[in-house]
Amino acid sequence: MIAELGHFALALALVLAIVQSVVPLYGASRGEPALMALGGSTAIGQFALVALAFVALAHAYVTSDFSLATVAENSHSSKPLLYKITGVWSNHEGSMVLWVLILTLFGAAVAWFGTGLPPDLRARVLAVQGMIGAGFFAFILFTSNPFLRLEPAPLDGRGMNPILQDLGLAIHPPFLYLGYVGFSVSFCFAVAALIEGRVDAAWARWVRPWTLAAWCALTIGIALGSWWAYYTLGWGGWWYWDPVENASFMPWLLGTALLHSAIVVEKRDALKTWTILLAIVTFALSLIGTFLVRSGVLTSVHAFAIDPARGAFILLLLIVAIGGPLILYAIRAPSLQGGGLFAPISREGALVLNNLLLTTGAATVFIGTLYPLFLDGMGGDKVSVGFPFFNRTFVPLMVPLLIAIPFGPLLGWKRGDLLAASQRLIFAAGAAIGLVLAVLLLVKPAAVLATLGLGLAAWIGTGSLVEWSERVQLFRAPLKDTLARARHLPRAAYGVTLAHLGVAVTVAGIAASAWESERIELVHPGDSVSIAGYDLRLDKVESVPGPNYTADRGTVTVTRQGAPVAVMHPEKRFFTVQQMPTTFTAINTDLLSDLYVVLADGDGKGAWTLRVYQKPLVPWIWLGCGVMALGGLASLSDRRWRVGAAVRRGRAAAGAAADD
Amino acid sequence: MRRLIYLLPIAAFMALAGYFVVSLSRDPSVLPSAMINQPTPAFALAGLEGQPGLARDEFQGQVVLINFFASWCVPCRSEHPLLMRLAAELKAPVYGIDYKDKPEDAARFLSELGNPYGRIGADRDGRVGIDFGVYGVPETYVIDKSGRIRLRHVGPLTPADVTRELAPLVKELQKS
Repeated sequence: MIAELGHFALALALVLAIVQSVVPLYGASRGEPALMALGGSTAIGQFALVALAFVALAHAYVTSDFSLATVAENSHSSKPLLYKITGVWSNHEGSMVLWVLILTLFGAAVAWFGTGLPPDLRARVLAVQGMIGAGFFAFILFTSNPFLRLEPAPLDGRGMNPILQDLGLAIHPPFLYLGYVGFSVSFCFAVAALIEGRVDAAWARWVRPWTLAAWCALTIGIALGSWWAYYTLGWGGWWYWDPVENASFMPWLLGTALLHSAIVVEKRDALKTWTILLAIVTFALSLIGTFLVRSGVLTSVHAFAIDPARGAFILLLLIVAIGGPLILYAIRAPSLQGGGLFAPISREGALVLNNLLLTTGAATVFIGTLYPLFLDGMGGDKVSVGFPFFNRTFVPLMVPLLIAIPFGPLLGWKRGDLLAASQRLIFAAGAAIGLVLAVLLLVKPAAVLATLGLGLAAWIGTGSLVEWSERVQLFRAPLKDTLARARHLPRAAYGVTLAHLGVAVTVAGIAASAWESERIELVHPGDSVSIAGYDLRLDKVESVPGPNYTADRGTVTVTRQGAPVAVMHPEKRFFTVQQMPTTFTAINTDLLSDLYVVLADGDGKGAWTLRVYQKPLVPWIWLGCGVMALGGLASLSDRRWRVGAAVRRGRAAAGAAADD
Repeated sequence: MRRLIYLLPIAAFMALAGYFVVSLSRDPSVLPSAMINQPTPAFALAGLEGQPGLARDEFQGQVVLINFFASWCVPCRSEHPLLMRLAAELKAPVYGIDYKDKPEDAARFLSELGNPYGRIGADRDGRVGIDFGVYGVPETYVIDKSGRIRLRHVGPLTPADVTRELAPLVKELQKS
């Protein structure tokens, strides 16, 4: 009964979405306020209905209602409650419900917070959002109904892939979807602007917070996914250039570019058509990401939802959702000419360089992901693209981008002074060179490229701090003035500094992976393994029961020069329903390095293979992503986005734009 | 002339969409391969940690399964129990090629989960994978008695793939 209610709510949401995609658009073209305002109510109504459907589905999972096909296929009564809940979205049907839940959440948020928008813009944005919603509701209802009943209902479910029964993976899709779907708002704004034929500073000001929010969520989502790969797969790798990873990385690269180019539209009224195109393509790549994972066009490590019939539907959706706006773009963009001219060496110029490198980087990843398929599809030669390709193409593109980071915020708008900026960065250059020399002299074994990577991190980190200290006049003005300046500095400025610092932290973490050490030994309980100054003693291995698995659980005592450091418990788990073993690594981190212990197999005579890794700075990879996201949030909390301020200043800017 | 630039994005997208339409009309679980019905590329690989390796010329005249796997590959783990069953039930040898992997990692992977492979070749740098056109692991190939590739399966095998496609094909090839 509850499930039928959920099904009905989804059907009703489809009807509302269709109404929302037609009526406000018509109202905006006729200038009828009542019709335009309807979009707000339908958006909030859709969210309420989808939330109801989601709760109904979650209820079925929690109560293990195996008369629902998706529950029977993906859940099991012995599964812990947490994974029953996260199981809602770790399968195709449920994840699509989560997708539309987030889509309608953003739609409702635009309706709710967008009361300050010009009514026709708001109506058009919501109409476009309604069209995306209608497409996805139809997709769910016609090809992947989560409320399909089974007759008769099985006694128990088939259980969930043990690899997916993990907290990191469980919370990674919601963040990823917040990011993917969040870019739909910038997309809707871009399409609405094309329909209106007007892009101005106020438009950019309204788009930026949504882009920022989506970008923060995507950053966290990607970091969580990479972290999951790190501790689950048991080999300590954290990025595989796997097609599905790339599918989330491409929108991130373009979203980063979009964030930066929207600044130019907002401040300088330039790069308009480019920014619109970026907004469309960023969301297009998010959709393609969904498509690649679900259709089976690419088959990869993560592809657990493969079905060509669904693929055909999504493809149709993609062609309409991306092709339509791009045709509109071809018609309307030529008339959107920007006003602000600028010299190549300027803040705008730096942001253009950022955009060029980021989009080229995204294009490289795109080619690397699809090229093998293209070639094979045409019956050509066989190629295999992996680490070597990306290391040789993507990394060299990112190096100049990273070197340029500290310069950007130091250059003036319109015409910048590169020499003056370089002089102010002498300290950062000194710090980078100093670190490189120190590492080359002190750290063994020598690794030149990794050392340069650390130097690059130091350059970005200190360079970002230099910019901040210039702004607050650190050591130049009296301390009291500096503190006052620091307090009054806009949060957006802190956002820039933090986000760039986060990049530095991540780069350092990636570079330092050259110094990891690894030991693999067969040990008897009581024996020790030494690695990087630590002694790890295997005390015992015992059999323990889990909720839906049995495990061999090791107890490893870690000491450093006799002083206790930690007790770790790596496990080897055997999931009974799926008859599948997994390793559960134990990780001990002091945030500067990780000790990573895997209990491999026993020899049956009491000895066990221990794999032990010591990985310097590896937590920084994800820590840096956290700092980047924090920077985004700081910027998002800036007071100029707050409704009142944005509206007042937005109107002023709109007036100014209309004048010239 | 300027307007043409703005047509570029839609033109690029149409080319891409066209490709997707074409590729969807094929069965996606069997990636199209130019290698179907072609002779198996020549290879001779060393084994894992002192075990015998694998070379093409050694299995001429029989129907064999070649499975590309790697210790770092998650779907390989989910496919593994099925391969163990195939090795026991299928009347054709199952050979493994360990793709872009450290042999010691692979040996541990197999001692952890069991070894379904009659023989294993270590393709450390992925050269043989390139000759086969491997897109990602796991991939499974069926090779007939004349040494031609008859089936390429991309991604983990499922019981349905085996009963519907792989097992009947092997049986038929062995009769001929």
